[in-house]
Amino acid sequence: MKRFDGNVLFLDRADINTDEIIPAKYLTEISKEALKPYLLEDLKLKGFNPATDLMDKQVVLTRANFGCGSSREHAPWAFEVNGIHLIIAESFARIFRQNMFNCGMLAIELPRETIDGLFTRFSGKKTSVRADLASNLLLFEAEGGRAEISFTLGEYDRRLIQAGGWLEYADAHY
Amino acid sequence: MGKTIAEKIFDAHQVDNPAGDIHVIRLDAVFCHEITTPVAINDLLLRGKDRVFDPAKIKAVIDHVTPAKDSKTAAQGKILRDWARRNQIKDFFDIGRNGVCHALFPEKGFVRPGYTVIMGDSHTCTHGAFGAFAAGVGTTDLEVGILKGVCAFQYPRSMKIELSGNLPAGVYAKDVILAVIGRIGVNGATNRVMEFVGPVVTAMSMEARMTLCNMAVEAGATCGICYPDMTTVEYLWPFIQTEYQSKDAALTAFQAWNSDPDAVYDGVVQMDVSTLSPMVTYGYKPDQVKPVAAMAGTPVDQVYIGSCTNGRIEDLRVAAVVLKDKKIKDSVRGIVSPATPDIYKQALAEGILQVFMEAGFCVTNPTCGACLGMSNGVLADGEVCAATTNRNFNGRMGKGGMVHLMSPATAAASALAGHITNSPLYHGKE
Repeated sequence: MKRFDGNVLFLDRADINTDEIIPAKYLTEISKEALKPYLLEDLKLKGFNPATDLMDKQVVLTRANFGCGSSREHAPWAFEVNGIHLIIAESFARIFRQNMFNCGMLAIELPRETIDGLFTRFSGKKTSVRADLASNLLLFEAEGGRAEISFTLGEYDRRLIQAGGWLEYADAHY
Repeated sequence: MGKTIAEKIFDAHQVDNPAGDIHVIRLDAVFCHEITTPVAINDLLLRGKDRVFDPAKIKAVIDHVTPAKDSKTAAQGKILRDWARRNQIKDFFDIGRNGVCHALFPEKGFVRPGYTVIMGDSHTCTHGAFGAFAAGVGTTDLEVGILKGVCAFQYPRSMKIELSGNLPAGVYAKDVILAVIGRIGVNGATNRVMEFVGPVVTAMSMEARMTLCNMAVEAGATCGICYPDMTTVEYLWPFIQTEYQSKDAALTAFQAWNSDPDAVYDGVVQMDVSTLSPMVTYGYKPDQVKPVAAMAGTPVDQVYIGSCTNGRIEDLRVAAVVLKDKKIKDSVRGIVSPATPDIYKQALAEGILQVFMEAGFCVTNPTCGACLGMSNGVLADGEVCAATTNRNFNGRMGKGGMVHLMSPATAAASALAGHITNSPLYHGKE
């Protein structure tokens, strides 16, 4: 099972699409590792600079409909090869979310008010988080504060995470 | 309690219910192209599982970058080509026979009412026009589909999109779907099937229904879907005439899939299209939609007519009516890409390509290329494209480029004017 903890990158915008996560011109790559330098290259977000903002980040916290657009699994792969295995959002586009779990990565959805609260409390501060799958809790920590947020994880999604992804799960069952 | 068409299809294909509302379903078709399949092929090779669940149910095409533009795209094509040969996949479409997947595969009769279809491409929802459950998936789902012929989905919830009234002249399926997405938003149908019903859909050709379903994913939907009817039967008849005694027999069989009157929906959208005007996008999201009149005068550097949304013969015919005996503006680069070789040949036979060329358009081979900024018409930083495609994301057709989505009629008129404008086929006030 992958690790679901680390420093948080705050992406304060809804509807961040797959072309912003990894532009189509890089879809000619046939190794996941080759995608590493291009993650979020075309993200339209004021003040965001992938070269510096992605450094030492292992978790993304963002808004609604994250990963909308293309079916390209290159989007979660680009996060994976950058060491980001956990994305927390108000909601995800279906294909992106499924691709995350299919790769054994964790996509957690939280209510809008909770996401709002996390942005208000922690955005702009060096923040870390750990997802505890046994207690279904996200443990946020930053200088001068911490927060425990509960989340729900479907039984099937949990099994995919534990199996390491859909390939491994399907191999064992079908 | 009645069932929706998507529920009926799921129930007929269920293999397993591993947990909650997750259903593993049997697949009738797995479609593959050279961008998202090679990683799956290489992984299967690595795992010593270079095989397919059923070579007759797998269809493959090189369409995104063709002819290959560089060594990397040549390698992607080669991986797909070699794999298709090794695995005896007969329906593999290489250069000369290839076209945009969501235009080519329906044209070959590969999609039938009641089918389950996946492809590593988000616009797979197009095939719902035939009354099929067709969904875009990632490479891992595709790999499992290739190997085992199954895929896992949430049991489908459906949103009913009721289209009533009569489409005014010069207003098309593209304008309808843009208006629907503009109303419900890019997240408006997430995790649901958009079921398009009503007299407007019934009156539509299969081509127009494909345009409608093609953009369902732009509202977040898993699939767009239309009920099969006599239009569906007529379209498929050359491929199914040995399977059914008559067209009526085929119709009866197909219509058994249609939603029951007491089916339950998760949301209903009603739209009277009688007063609809041609629509265009203005921002970087497909739900940022305005009437063309509100954007009129916006200069464009390139006009692109093609793609899985609007690269079919009907689309080229409409554009040619607008372009006939006219020249596009000097400042505009016009590109038309007929979506398949058959469409290309038909357009050639009808004199449509002549019209495009006389007007100053460049006619390219069938390919997805420009739509996602991979080849064949990439924009430079700061350039604006009027496009009949389906995505206006930031950088979609080239870094720093701006895309305005519209119908082929509006795109052709905009090419002549050098800026966004309504076509003369539209007689409305705006």
